[in-house]
Amino acid sequence: MSVLVDKNTRLIVQGITGKVGLFHAEQSLAYGTQVVGGVTPGKGGETVLNGRVPVFHTVRDAVEKTGANASVIFVPPPFAADAIMEAAEAGVPLIVCITEGIPVADMVKAKRYLQDKPGSRLLGPNCPGIITPKQCRIGIMPGYIHTPGRVGVVSRSGTLTYEAVHQLTTLGLGQSTAIGIGGDPVNGTNFVDCLKLFQDDPETEGIIMIGEIGGSAEEDGAAFIREHVTKPVVGFIAGVTAPPGKRMGHAGAIISGGKGTAEAKLAALREAGVTIADTPSDLGSTMARVLGAKTSA
Amino acid sequence: MKIHEYQGKELLRGLGVPVPLGGVAFTPGEVKIVAADLIQRTGNPVVVVKSQIHAGGRGKGRFVEQPEVGGVKVVKSAEEAAQYAEKMLGNTLVTIQTGPEGKKVQRVLVEQGMNIARELYLAITLDRATGRNTVMASTEGGMDIEEVAAHTPEKILKESIDPAVGLQAFQARKLAYALGLVDPVAPRFVKFLLALAAAYDRLDCALLEVNPLVVTGDDQVLALDSKVSFDDNATFRHKDLEELRDPAEEDPSELEAKSWDLSYVKLDGNIGCMVNGAGLAMATMDIIQYVGAKPANFLDVGGGATAERVTAAFKIITRDPNVRGILVNIFGGIMKCDTIATGVIAAVKEVGLQVPLVVRLEGTNVELGKKMLDESGLAITTASSLRDAATKIVELVKP
Repeated sequence: MSVLVDKNTRLIVQGITGKVGLFHAEQSLAYGTQVVGGVTPGKGGETVLNGRVPVFHTVRDAVEKTGANASVIFVPPPFAADAIMEAAEAGVPLIVCITEGIPVADMVKAKRYLQDKPGSRLLGPNCPGIITPKQCRIGIMPGYIHTPGRVGVVSRSGTLTYEAVHQLTTLGLGQSTAIGIGGDPVNGTNFVDCLKLFQDDPETEGIIMIGEIGGSAEEDGAAFIREHVTKPVVGFIAGVTAPPGKRMGHAGAIISGGKGTAEAKLAALREAGVTIADTPSDLGSTMARVLGAKTSA
Repeated sequence: MKIHEYQGKELLRGLGVPVPLGGVAFTPGEVKIVAADLIQRTGNPVVVVKSQIHAGGRGKGRFVEQPEVGGVKVVKSAEEAAQYAEKMLGNTLVTIQTGPEGKKVQRVLVEQGMNIARELYLAITLDRATGRNTVMASTEGGMDIEEVAAHTPEKILKESIDPAVGLQAFQARKLAYALGLVDPVAPRFVKFLLALAAAYDRLDCALLEVNPLVVTGDDQVLALDSKVSFDDNATFRHKDLEELRDPAEEDPSELEAKSWDLSYVKLDGNIGCMVNGAGLAMATMDIIQYVGAKPANFLDVGGGATAERVTAAFKIITRDPNVRGILVNIFGGIMKCDTIATGVIAAVKEVGLQVPLVVRLEGTNVELGKKMLDESGLAITTASSLRDAATKIVELVKP
């Protein structure tokens, strides 16, 4: 029915007493997510959201007291890599980092630290999070646009994910799980990991993969699709018109040294048998077509 | 963030990386003083005058006003240095990286002449595939490394840096011997590279490139040219580097956008765009091209598309004289569409738009938001999808 998160996911929020952390903790709770605790150093022993969510000084305390198996990080950039490593050290299996603007050097260290923590998976940073409709919302996405269904969505971009999700919902296809892997050059979970999860998930019938310029994660994904993915994949790459050498908003969205162009990524995906949506407005309808689906819209 | 060559070299020198003697000058008079001082200190009359702009290819570049003069000149006296500086300063240098409009040279680096025995390439940057920093070295110094990578990738040697321990001396030795260096140059290269790697960490660099790294006739190892750029996410740790920023090198609109926390990149089309989210902003540019026009900019207003930020964004977009129409594309996730519509209406009233505006909203209360825009009495066209919006704006700007 889903990958990585479902109704049994027990979530803690690192940075829960900050404005954004608290707002999205409340949104996730309202969506039906089990938000079992929060972490803010110095505020252990307090509660938030009308006494519904206890706050702890450390992630280790929070995990021991609540049995949490996922954490979402809303910690400011200078402290976010530290928060990721703290969650990994406490053995949290799924760590979702929303924070945008973490120094690359900090993420290089955090990624190295995670190599020795095979029980922990990082999603992000600089991502919208992950959602399994009607079961578990971790992150900042608008919950109401999602509906349970057949399509897995994996994307480097937040609002483009919303575009795809909204179309899938309108067309009655819905989503098994929607995953934002984030727009930073150094991140945790990548396209290949998500493609594998969706391929192995019996309830996912098709996959939408949304990439953008910069790096080679899409090419790696394409190589994996060619070898291992039997489900239909619809792809889109943002940044065909982006000039080289300019950072297009996301730290990772930059064409440098002639590498990371949209053309190369589109070619790799096409060669792997992925159906390319001409525009983001066509993501849902293209998926409907390749699934041969009956649409309700 | 990028800095000038002379600034990078001063930083590197301060961190123990050998660079040639030299100094920056802003007038021909200053050039003469710096050059005379260098000649006296080194006993060598050869000095080099190098234009300082944020673009490569300066040696092969030419000045618009002085087509016979290149961006870098080797001269044999302080007087000659001043003469050439006169032709460079205040003039526009066009190189392979500046585009045809070129860049105005407002400062030059005056450096000691070097007796060059060998030119090598050395750089440190992030390898995204591994999530680690990597040293790249090549015997093809002075060449365009992208060309080398494309045609003879085997000539680029790499050593990955384990962030747990940093670059190790044995890795630097491997590279030294693979580059064909022998004693006493090899240990000097090792020392150079270890200092360079330490500087990369210390300064939170995104790229530290030495091209060429030179071995001199008397077996010294120095950075003859260097390119330093910093990780924009780490600037909070380096307030002191902020003063190295040269506003003349940056687009004023991009700087203003930054002050509003907007992400803006100027492009050369005529349809301005304002979008929330970087990926959607790029996709909006792409769809404009798909329906037959060209985007004037990339602009990500971020999550909070408030009236103040939308107003600032409109002002920045309309300052571009090429803009003939504007497309606003907001996927109101958490923010409601009526709130966004209120912001857009207030902004349009304040800025007084002179060009067609197409707005596409999606999300909660989308019908209410569209109704507000339609009934505002302003010349706003609403659209129901991104494709619809792009088609409408392209139609509206057709002559």
